[in-house]
Amino acid sequence: MPIILWTDALVFVLIACALATARYVSRREYLLSSWRRVGESRAGMAALTVLTMFVMIGLLDSLHYRPRLEAVAGKLANATNAANGYSTEVRSALDMLLMPLKSATEKTYSAPLATHLYARETVELPDGTQARVFPRLRHGGVHLKEPAQDWTRDVAARILLGLVFAVLAGLTFAGIAVRVAAQHWHVPWWTARQRICRGETRFAWNAVLVTLAALLLIAGPVVALAGGYHVFGTDKVGQDVLYLTLKSIRTGLVIGTITTLAMLPFAVALGIVAGYIGGWVDDVIQYVYTTLNSIPSVLLIAAAVLMMQVVIDTHPDWFATAAQRADARLLALCLILGVTSWTGLCRLLRAETLKLRELEYVQAAQAFGASSVRIMGRHILPNVMHIVLIAVVIDFSGLVLAEAVLSYIGIGVDPSTISFGTMINTARLELAREPVVWWSLVAAFVFMFVLVLAANLFSDAVRDAFDPRLAGRQVAPATQGQAA
Amino acid sequence: MIAYIIRRLLYAIPILIGVNLLTFALFFVVNTPDDMARMQLGIKRVTPEAIQKWKAERGYDRPLIYNAAAEGVGKMTHTIFFEKSVKLFVLDFGRADDGRDIGHEIRSRMGPSLAIAVPVFLLGLFVTVTFALLLAFFRATYLDFWGVVACVAMMSISSLFYIIGGQYLVSKVWHLVPISGYAGGLDAARFLILPVMISVVAGIGSSARWYRTIFLEEIGKDYVRTARAKGLSELAVLFRHVLKNAMIPILTGVVVVIPLLFMGSLLVESFFGIPGLGSYTIDAINAQDFAVVRSMVFIGSLLYIIGLLLTDLSYTLVDPRVRLQ
Repeated sequence: MPIILWTDALVFVLIACALATARYVSRREYLLSSWRRVGESRAGMAALTVLTMFVMIGLLDSLHYRPRLEAVAGKLANATNAANGYSTEVRSALDMLLMPLKSATEKTYSAPLATHLYARETVELPDGTQARVFPRLRHGGVHLKEPAQDWTRDVAARILLGLVFAVLAGLTFAGIAVRVAAQHWHVPWWTARQRICRGETRFAWNAVLVTLAALLLIAGPVVALAGGYHVFGTDKVGQDVLYLTLKSIRTGLVIGTITTLAMLPFAVALGIVAGYIGGWVDDVIQYVYTTLNSIPSVLLIAAAVLMMQVVIDTHPDWFATAAQRADARLLALCLILGVTSWTGLCRLLRAETLKLRELEYVQAAQAFGASSVRIMGRHILPNVMHIVLIAVVIDFSGLVLAEAVLSYIGIGVDPSTISFGTMINTARLELAREPVVWWSLVAAFVFMFVLVLAANLFSDAVRDAFDPRLAGRQVAPATQGQAA
Repeated sequence: MIAYIIRRLLYAIPILIGVNLLTFALFFVVNTPDDMARMQLGIKRVTPEAIQKWKAERGYDRPLIYNAAAEGVGKMTHTIFFEKSVKLFVLDFGRADDGRDIGHEIRSRMGPSLAIAVPVFLLGLFVTVTFALLLAFFRATYLDFWGVVACVAMMSISSLFYIIGGQYLVSKVWHLVPISGYAGGLDAARFLILPVMISVVAGIGSSARWYRTIFLEEIGKDYVRTARAKGLSELAVLFRHVLKNAMIPILTGVVVVIPLLFMGSLLVESFFGIPGLGSYTIDAINAQDFAVVRSMVFIGSLLYIIGLLLTDLSYTLVDPRVRLQ
């Protein structure tokens, strides 16, 4: 039974918006030229490739359903309530793909690629005596008969297999890319290959292909190893850390994008109206955002989240499943973050509109008798869109980082939602253990770092391409003698 | 000047009223005190008497805005709104859920918060400005390029990583300083040095990159060319001309946070067990102590408004062209 959670619905709305924008832009040469400049940036395109991977994982994780309970379904075939045939557990398409990882739980911690548990247990030996040993894992490396001897060979073989597959997949993809490019430019394929390799193309194809190759070379061995081991180990309750990190990606992406989606209409509408109409409207809007802005955002978020928690906890009957409750909390967190973060963009847009209002084309439109709404929608809005775009991409990375901090403070996502913040929060005390349990913390930080770094690099590329102040600015180097 | 300050202070009043109304709506209208009582006492198996007792102990048993039962002025003052929200204006914060006086707690916790926030602020500003000036000095060289790359990488790392990693490495592996805790007097330095270093390092990435853009924007201007043309060395140009002029945009971002230093840092204080206002806020959030969170929201916005005023005043100090009227 498919289920559409609130955040899923918004994610789909967001994708629809993105597709509509892409269609709109692709028909307008002057907008397309800025995007081409983004496409020329090597770092930007490499970052975009990584981001696309993350987004694809996040999208897979946004298709939710409730699995049918086989045994129960038979018994309840003629029961009055059809919903009884479905489990209360909400799963996603990603869960379905990762079922081997999700169901392969151990008793407690185990190190990456380990074959034995990380904690000693008392077991009874065949001769009746008891001993404290590290027991074998239930899933990690069970196919090995003699772990001590076979482990190295097996791991090496799997890594090799993964690398071979990665190389094959990479070559296939590169081949397709070269073929398509050759057809597009009407040149033989070796010329196309040469152009791409030397970076002579306008679009940074070489950056995309190199990044893809790197991703494949990492993903291949990981996938090959994940079949038999816990690649990133397991956490305290024995869940596979690789599974947790992949699930965290959706939470991060949802917070980074839905928040922006929620605040954008307010920020844009209020900013432009305040700037264009002025007078008491301007005063009221300025008063509202100064008031909201003057409360330190962490405290405002804390206050709002505490209140929302009371609402959710006092109305347990609103939510059919735990996942829906956690999702409501995630959505509410996005909205609250949106409320606290729209003021900056609103102020920027107001200032820009104040400038645009005095320009000739706006005055000409006024002289023609166009209504205020029309002028704001047709003449001012398109000319402030670059500010909106830059703000959106810059906000994204900050929001992903904020989620972790807020979850640590206890005002972030629901503790049952898998996110980088909840992972870090449960793992941070493990560094105090002896011996140290480092893997879940490191896995969460590394994935978060890659996601945020990619987002930062991409936002730099977008800003460089769209900010008119930066256009054509060249930084002259200091002369050699002075620099030395 | 004086007239300007007075007018700005008068402007601050409606904003503070707005903050006050907003927090009142958030804490008492979205959820009734009954909801809060039920939440605190546990959702299930809670008797109406227990709720009444909880509310009476904390003074939440009054009407929200208008008390019809009281006499005269009491109609307005014997209400939750007057007791809990209006009194914030005279910095009367009431009592926390554990019965302690919030005002007293705030005064005693300000010291530790400042002890960590002021060094972080000064040292951080010095380090980031120096680093950004260096990048500007070596602009368009490999050093500049890798410096910017380092900045982007550093701002992509979660602040939690700096804290957890630093604490693990310096305190647990190297045993250089205690992991957490606090002591009064000079002894405090032992506990403060690590959190201060970590906060400074965590802040370098984004600010240094931003300051670098500001410096580069100034370097492109005509007066810099004039200064070079008259034969000044590049260092003299950077320090005497560029730095001074770049201070104006830098001040906008910096002065506004000075009053907020009193509030301390949420993360660092709670990780290092420093009994400042930041850890006080986190403890209150975890204990769902609404009275404390409400007070902190009010103080926070008060300090922010003071910060805005200071920003405007500092402009006149660094830029003689700016006249306030």
